[in-house]
Amino acid sequence: MIACSASLIASWLAQDQASNFTVAYVDGNPATIVRILWLIPAIPMLAAGLIALLRQPQRRLAAGLAIGSLAISLLLAIGAFTHVLSVWGQGGAPREVISFNWIDLGTTHLQLGWILDPLAAVMLVMVTFVGLLIFIYSTGYMAHDENFTRFFCFLSLFAGAMLGVIIANSLLLLFMCWEIVGLTSYLLIGFWYHKPSAAAAAKKAFLTTRIGDIFFLLGIVWLFAQTGTLLFYNHGAGAIEPTALAALLSQPAALGLTAAGAIGLLIFAGAAGKSGQLPLHVWLPDAMEGPTPVSALIHAATMVAAGVYLIARVYPLMSAGAVAGGSTVSLTVVAWIGALTALFGALVAVAQNDIKRILAYSTVSQLGYMMVGLATGGVAVGMFHLITHAFFKALLFLGAGSVIHGCHEEQDIRRMGGLRHTMLVTFLTYAVGMLALSGFPIFFSGFWSKDAIIGAAHGWPVSQGPFVLLLIGALLTAFYMTRQVAYVFLGSWRGPEHTHAHESPRVMTLPLSILAVFAVGLGIFGTPAWPWFTSLIESRPLTLEMQAFSEPGLLPLMGFATLLVFAGLGAGWWLYARKAVQRPVSAPVHHHTQEHGDEPQHRAGDLVDVLESSSPVVWRWLANRLYFDELYAATVLRWYAALAQLSDWLDRRVWGGLVAGVATAFRGLGAANKSLDSQWIDGGFDKGCEELVTGGGVLAWLQAGRAPGYLRMLALGVLALVGLALVVGTMTGQVRL
Amino acid sequence: MTPLAAFLIVAALVFAIGLAISLTRRNAILVLIGIELMLNAANLNLIAFWRFGPHAGHSDGLTGMMFAIFSIAVAAAEAAVGLGLVIAYHRHSKTTDLDAMTRMKG
Repeated sequence: MIACSASLIASWLAQDQASNFTVAYVDGNPATIVRILWLIPAIPMLAAGLIALLRQPQRRLAAGLAIGSLAISLLLAIGAFTHVLSVWGQGGAPREVISFNWIDLGTTHLQLGWILDPLAAVMLVMVTFVGLLIFIYSTGYMAHDENFTRFFCFLSLFAGAMLGVIIANSLLLLFMCWEIVGLTSYLLIGFWYHKPSAAAAAKKAFLTTRIGDIFFLLGIVWLFAQTGTLLFYNHGAGAIEPTALAALLSQPAALGLTAAGAIGLLIFAGAAGKSGQLPLHVWLPDAMEGPTPVSALIHAATMVAAGVYLIARVYPLMSAGAVAGGSTVSLTVVAWIGALTALFGALVAVAQNDIKRILAYSTVSQLGYMMVGLATGGVAVGMFHLITHAFFKALLFLGAGSVIHGCHEEQDIRRMGGLRHTMLVTFLTYAVGMLALSGFPIFFSGFWSKDAIIGAAHGWPVSQGPFVLLLIGALLTAFYMTRQVAYVFLGSWRGPEHTHAHESPRVMTLPLSILAVFAVGLGIFGTPAWPWFTSLIESRPLTLEMQAFSEPGLLPLMGFATLLVFAGLGAGWWLYARKAVQRPVSAPVHHHTQEHGDEPQHRAGDLVDVLESSSPVVWRWLANRLYFDELYAATVLRWYAALAQLSDWLDRRVWGGLVAGVATAFRGLGAANKSLDSQWIDGGFDKGCEELVTGGGVLAWLQAGRAPGYLRMLALGVLALVGLALVVGTMTGQVRL
Repeated sequence: MTPLAAFLIVAALVFAIGLAISLTRRNAILVLIGIELMLNAANLNLIAFWRFGPHAGHSDGLTGMMFAIFSIAVAAAEAAVGLGLVIAYHRHSKTTDLDAMTRMKG
């Protein structure tokens, strides 16, 4: 693998001497690391291709290829990151692009290319690093699965495509990788396709994100029509650089929007589909049917964050035309959708009983936070939460996977409990993740990133609505995470009596520990006093300003948010941990059957939640996810089903009838032809054959090989000739008898 | 000088004798002899017509003679092949009776 990539690099460098395609550089001659940046996605994709060729039993080789390729990508990503850091350290604005013509259509050129800037660099490092840990974890989690090689093939393909999304400097290239990412998401959600729920969830994910992607594609086409390019940055001629943006702003679209605003909204629709924002969030919780490492990597840490990354990437477009102290239409929409999603996810997560579903709704909620962060605070605020969230949510999902693994594939938190005794490492790391997600002050990364978003929302000039929604969301986040931890790790074991949970192997707990370190440590890069991350993203010089804390309003806001977090933690503790949740008495525990998780139906022996008994109506609404799925089933799906039925009817009756009619006509023609053929042509032919046979018989009798017969014929011939001579001679008078 | 008709009559006689031998004899060798007679009758005719034709006496008027010589050569070859066949057949099935010769397969 290493030798292979080394030779690839060597051949590329050699080719560079006589490069025959147009290469456009923004900052003169790009560094080597920028020129070989394409290897970062290419290597995992190559690995995916190789793994696809392996046979099912070649498990170690498959895992080795996947992990090895991603490790190389990680090294390259770190190289790219240090390059960005060194440029930044010299006071420059690190943004280097390489683009080339992909398709020439007359005077129009479709250009692809890649970009290295701080935004891409941090994402590269995050995705390769978290991805590598999850790959390693997967070797333990999937150890008993017979389709181990297929799993790693899909994972590698995903990693390659995701890295492609990150380095793309062209909206077109980004869209291509975006779709491959969607495909691998579909493949991995439906990895256990023999489970009907998994197959259905995969379809749902694919179709729901497709709705967003159609709008996204419309946005791309519109942008191309307006600006003639899909490159983000290209010597000032890119689609999101000032010249193009000015043109877009002067172009009116419908409903009082400018073209820039309309395109921004269309692109946001794509991002909303991918990132599970409010109208299109329904697929993400169902996506938990996939294997847990997939949930961690794709549906928590990286892919769902691609939507946020996309908005960050096209941020100049989204914010084009904003006056000081204002916002643009598209950013306002992003902020409101994000805030509503943040609250919605947190609310629904309170009433879920599936350990992964709670985390899924939490992810939906946190993605909402990121969107608000982008819309109100700029790229750095949203992206910082994206990075910290990737680490602690991956940690939580892998912890949940460890719990599920240890509890014999049980996912219902009502049937766990007391795991702190048996799964100590998992418990400790999970607690770190839970505190980071809740935003526990000072020590945990989630506090700093979430606080930056809440602060930005507070300072948003348009409305205080998102700010309030986010605060309620923060309270609920702390509450539902405490509830989950209390259910799973505190109290006593409520699973089947004869079973016991066990700690997971080291290959699974080690990634947990590493992620836990990052879940804590990353916070230091984004404090108000030392805004390393913000400065890097915005390419500003970094200064240490302790007086940033004394800015008016900052500390009170932080204090208030902290108070809410403590309130949430306290309420959770009061309801679920003060008196340990016990196994319900007098109810035998049946061995569970496969739960689809769609209905909060009670199985015998399941305990009733405290909140459920106090306010059953509210609980039912929350447990049923505010009936979003039912709403869609009653509206969109019903119409769609009717349309499908109509199409079916048209197909069967009208088109089918037409086709059947044509077929019948042709069959009649065929029958006529057949009779003609058999009666006339065949008959004639047969007759001819019969005659030939008879004639052949006569000739055969003549030529039977009897020499006297021949001689007789000869004599007859002579007689005939003599007779002829006599007759002719008599008639002409030459013979006189 | 002997008239042409005399030659033709002799030739017709010879031909008739040959034909009669071929038709009446069962022995393959005798039949071959009959055939040779018929051929020679034809040769006789060729020579006679040449001798009484317009080219007789010219140095280049050898057509009829050449025709006859060719015919004799062909007859010789034919007789050799025919006799060879008859001998081979006789070796194989101890008969030269044409009526018994119904099989060419060994």
